[in-house]
Amino acid sequence: MARACTLIIALLCLSGCNAQQSTLSVFGADARDIRHIAIVLTVGAVVILAITTMLYIRAVRAPEHSLDHHQGMRMILWVGAIGPTLILTALLLYALPAMRPRPASAADLVIRVEGEQFWWRVAYRPPSEATPLLSANEIRLPVGRTVLFELGATDVIHSFWIPGLAGKMDMIPGRTNRLVVKAEKPGRYRGVCAEFCGLSHALMAFDVIAMEPAAFDTWMADARAIGPIPAVATPGRALFDAQGCGACHGVRGTPHAGTIGPDLSRFGERRTLGAGILPPTIDNIATFIRAPQASKPGVRMPAYPQLSQEEARAIAHYLKGMR
Amino acid sequence: MKDRRPHWSERLKVTLWTLIVPPTIWAGHFLFSYLWAAVSCAKAGAFATFPTLFVVGTVLALILIALSGWIAWNQGRIPGASPPHEDATDIDRQRFLAKSTLLLACLSFVGVLFTSLPVIFLRDCL
Ligand code: HEC
Ligand SMILES: [Cu+2]
Repeated sequence: MARACTLIIALLCLSGCNAQQSTLSVFGADARDIRHIAIVLTVGAVVILAITTMLYIRAVRAPEHSLDHHQGMRMILWVGAIGPTLILTALLLYALPAMRPRPASAADLVIRVEGEQFWWRVAYRPPSEATPLLSANEIRLPVGRTVLFELGATDVIHSFWIPGLAGKMDMIPGRTNRLVVKAEKPGRYRGVCAEFCGLSHALMAFDVIAMEPAAFDTWMADARAIGPIPAVATPGRALFDAQGCGACHGVRGTPHAGTIGPDLSRFGERRTLGAGILPPTIDNIATFIRAPQASKPGVRMPAYPQLSQEEARAIAHYLKGMR
Repeated sequence: MKDRRPHWSERLKVTLWTLIVPPTIWAGHFLFSYLWAAVSCAKAGAFATFPTLFVVGTVLALILIALSGWIAWNQGRIPGASPPHEDATDIDRQRFLAKSTLLLACLSFVGVLFTSLPVIFLRDCL
């Protein structure tokens, strides 16, 4: 019975292992420091626990009157007071430098991220550009370059956490918090909201894509270069225009410039739908458009039950074409 | 035989009031650290390159705590009844208070050090 329990708990813990969203699978300099501290602390704690357990067993098992009172008091002084003080001082000195914020300069890429119930508004502000590049629910980072996140919120407090990259940072309405990071390994990762913010708090995640600097620059230039999209009348586009989606969603290259909901320019290259919760298949997108609250309780997008699944699929095809 | 003249630190009396001196200095230093960081960040807009005032305040707190610890140490050694010192007599009460003050002074000393290390290390206004 006990063995079965241990096995089940171990398996449950193992199911948490993944390479995208884990403090143990790091791709950034700060997360590497944090992991190092975590390992040192864990190993140290186990060693200390083993030593104290051994001392305890020895003391309990010792025959009566065989232990010297004086020696015992001296041990309490050293092992109970002086030792811990020295260990804690050493740990403090070792861990404090990791809390020092990374330096950032005016030449670094700034990415402003705002938490909203229940998605992420993203704006890239390279130092050389006047207008920001808008996006949502996905953050791309150039590997090896310092990036400054400016974090804010529009409704309630959220918390911005990319476990593999750096520690968490709260997003507080009316305040801008800064988080300076440096990605070190290209790959696809995930971030989450780490502060309870409402019904769909657990469904508020985002994709993180760390790219080689050259690839990042190309991606950025392409995204900026989107010109007016020729108004070819496809059924999806007509429906998107007619249903008023553009009041909330912006799509570069079209007249739609809504800013209430996530920007949908280049939606076709997103890896997930609905802030990191669903694979962006045509059917998932169509279902989401017709009844977003079914997959995200409390979502701030109205449902479109009047659309048939076919019509919604047409819109989905249109959106998937944005890349 | 002439009576040995008590050292000045022995003529003081440990009481419950002097017992809380070291932790109170620790608390005061804690408050001072926050105020100092807030005021210097707000007034200067940046962390001082060398936090003179903070270092002075910290050293002062450490000296005061060490001093009260030293007084307590001396008071705890005033000759009197024989051990164990656990009777309801004036001298035993004094020895108990003195020992407690000494232990609190040790704790407060380390506490002040631990409070000031982050200031010296982080040097950041956020
Ligand atoms: C009242 C404003 C509003 C309107 C109108 C609106 N949406 Fe949304 N939409 C949102 C919000 C807010 C979200 C973010 C939901 C979430 O993930 O919490 C969203 C999310 C989405 C997403 C997922 C985006 C992503 O990054 O994964 C799609 C796709 C979408 N909407 C399509 C549509 C379409 C198509 C229409 C028109 C039929 C429409 N929306 C109308 C506010 C709106
Ligand atoms: Cu949130």
